[in-house]
Amino acid sequence: MRRIISVLMENEPGALSRIIGLFSQRGYNVDSLCVAPIEDSSLSRLTITTAGDDKVIEQITKQVNKLIDVLKISDLTDGSHVERELMLIKVATRSDAVRDEVKRTVDIFRGQVVDITPRNYTIEITGTSDKLDAFIQTMSQTAEIVELSRTGVCGLARGEKAMRQ
Amino acid sequence: MEMMSGAAMVVRALKDVGVKHVFGYPGGAVLDIYDALYAQEDVQHVLVRHEQAAAHMADGYARATGQTGTVLVTSGPGATNTLTGIATAYMDSIPMVILSGQVPSVHIGEDAFQETDMVGCSRPIVKHSFLVKRAIDIPDAIAKAYYIANTGRPGPVVVDLPKDIVNIQESHPYQFPDKVQMRSYNPTIKGHMGQIKKALKALLDAKRPVLYVGGGAIACDASSLVTELAEKLHLPVTNTLMGLGAFPGDHQQCIGMLGMHGTLEANKTMHNADCILALGARFDDRVTNNVDKFCPHATIIHVDIDPASISKTVNAHIPVVGSVKSVLTQFFEQMHEINDTERKEQLADWWEQIASWRTRKCLNYASSNELIKPQQVIESLYRHTQGDAYVSSDVGQHQMFAALYYPFAKPRRWINSGGLGTMGFGLPAAMGVQFAHPDAVVCCVTGDGSIQMNIQELSTCMQYGLPVKIISLNNRALGMVRQWQDMIYKGRHSHSYMDSLPDFVKLAEAYGHVGIKVDKPEELEDAMARCFALKDKLVFMDIAVDQNEHVYPMQIKYGAMDDMRLSKTERT
Repeated sequence: MRRIISVLMENEPGALSRIIGLFSQRGYNVDSLCVAPIEDSSLSRLTITTAGDDKVIEQITKQVNKLIDVLKISDLTDGSHVERELMLIKVATRSDAVRDEVKRTVDIFRGQVVDITPRNYTIEITGTSDKLDAFIQTMSQTAEIVELSRTGVCGLARGEKAMRQ
Repeated sequence: MEMMSGAAMVVRALKDVGVKHVFGYPGGAVLDIYDALYAQEDVQHVLVRHEQAAAHMADGYARATGQTGTVLVTSGPGATNTLTGIATAYMDSIPMVILSGQVPSVHIGEDAFQETDMVGCSRPIVKHSFLVKRAIDIPDAIAKAYYIANTGRPGPVVVDLPKDIVNIQESHPYQFPDKVQMRSYNPTIKGHMGQIKKALKALLDAKRPVLYVGGGAIACDASSLVTELAEKLHLPVTNTLMGLGAFPGDHQQCIGMLGMHGTLEANKTMHNADCILALGARFDDRVTNNVDKFCPHATIIHVDIDPASISKTVNAHIPVVGSVKSVLTQFFEQMHEINDTERKEQLADWWEQIASWRTRKCLNYASSNELIKPQQVIESLYRHTQGDAYVSSDVGQHQMFAALYYPFAKPRRWINSGGLGTMGFGLPAAMGVQFAHPDAVVCCVTGDGSIQMNIQELSTCMQYGLPVKIISLNNRALGMVRQWQDMIYKGRHSHSYMDSLPDFVKLAEAYGHVGIKVDKPEELEDAMARCFALKDKLVFMDIAVDQNEHVYPMQIKYGAMDDMRLSKTERT
């Protein structure tokens, strides 16, 4: 089962490698990873999507929490949460017809065209991973995808729940 | 504020932490630190012959005392040579700090001479590590390293020190922190009261309870509490390989070690128990055998300081996170007066059952007039040391024989590589113990395979006058490998025999020690007596033992805990 695990950790060199190392060392998979400092720049927040049954997820949570650099960890998929992923995708727009269709698809998915050249469009789109998958799927039927880059999932629990120091 | 060089800070910080011994080997990147060591007497440096041995010595020192062991090595090969020693300590939760030199900061990443990414290499086998970037951070990093190594679940911590920050030509202000605090590191020591009440009720209601005690009980010095609990509640107790001595092996309630080479009574008791109280043990595969068949009737109470150890392999019904010591103290606070007669009555049937398992006398072995049996050597060792020696071991058959035939009455007396199973551990670990306890009798039970993995340390023993007694069970083979080949590979002894062994007596003598060769059963007692009469000498006992002896009992793979072979021909 797909899980989103959120980690609050010291923003120190080596901290990220410890977490990633632990995943490979213990045979857990990382489907996506998103990490950046938070408002207090001494801390970083990291979001990992992974898969596993309850026992595996329990072990992942405990093992990550055991790392000295880690302050807090929570499994966002345990409760209701908001999750988003951002994608930049460049598609070839070699004819007016393609350009029109690409623009229509972008509008329907509430994306934005952020860069234009005579030969391609670069589009920014945000949403759940499912939505991005659907967008890629749709777009590939209209235009050739030149390249794309996804940030990986980041997320927060809904409501009052918060992960703070 | 005092001003000093980074190198002086390292040595001063060690002194401020309370370090008495450092096991190490010099080299380019740590020459400044070695220069600072030269100028003082607070910290004694022990010069080893191989860095792996330095780590094992620090490890043995820590196991025997509970204090953090310290290693100092240079960058590159010096650092990588310690990795096996670090992994050994990590698997057995031994507090250790490894100070490794590093190439100057500006050269990091350039594949400079003797450069290795030590923090990266050691990452999966340390509790934590530091790459110190500025001289003024040295005291803080060292204070934190020792704090992390020896609190919570103990473990090894690496402190990597680039050469430029320890430069003896520069001066920096030195301030040692009064107190170490880390917002991201707060181990849980006290148990949750609700869980403790639940655990206690399950334990008191049980008709077939058992205490399963591991190394965690020794790490937090909870042995006397374990014994108190066992005696108060008349519980049978089994120790893990790492827990030997946590509950006295010669106590009438002790049913011996459990697991792959556990006693019949220990494994039977576990398998038939209705309640297992695991104290600082981690249900590893050498204990449980097939987890799907593990102790089907038992309510499992698991007390461990490391939440990740709980329900990792076997699901705990009542988990309690905390140190064994704190949790047992809380147990006693919650326990009402126990009526001794009623309690005995409650468990009478259970003890009767255990007594019937004991009648099998699973540790009996056939003695011989021609060949020395390895078991017999350990029994002799037990007699000649009054059961009160510090005994380190290497890894293999001799390790299991020592674990089974030397019932340790006290904690911290049995020094072995349980988790990683490191051959070459025994001799340097014994040396570390001898440094910690100069007047104690320290033995290393080893074999002709293991001893050769760190035999160069005989030289270090001579330099420091360490009177370690080496009891080598020489079977001209890698005994445990051979045993498995006998049992599983139809006796095809692929590379398990040691052709062209050295003359160990001459070898010991070449290093300046005493060597005694024993070939015949009738010579054993006298030879042992001679060995232990030589109080100030290292004695290498090269004892020729029966090559065909197997370690029994032995669990049968994929079976339940109590599916065991009891000899070459019998099984449960």
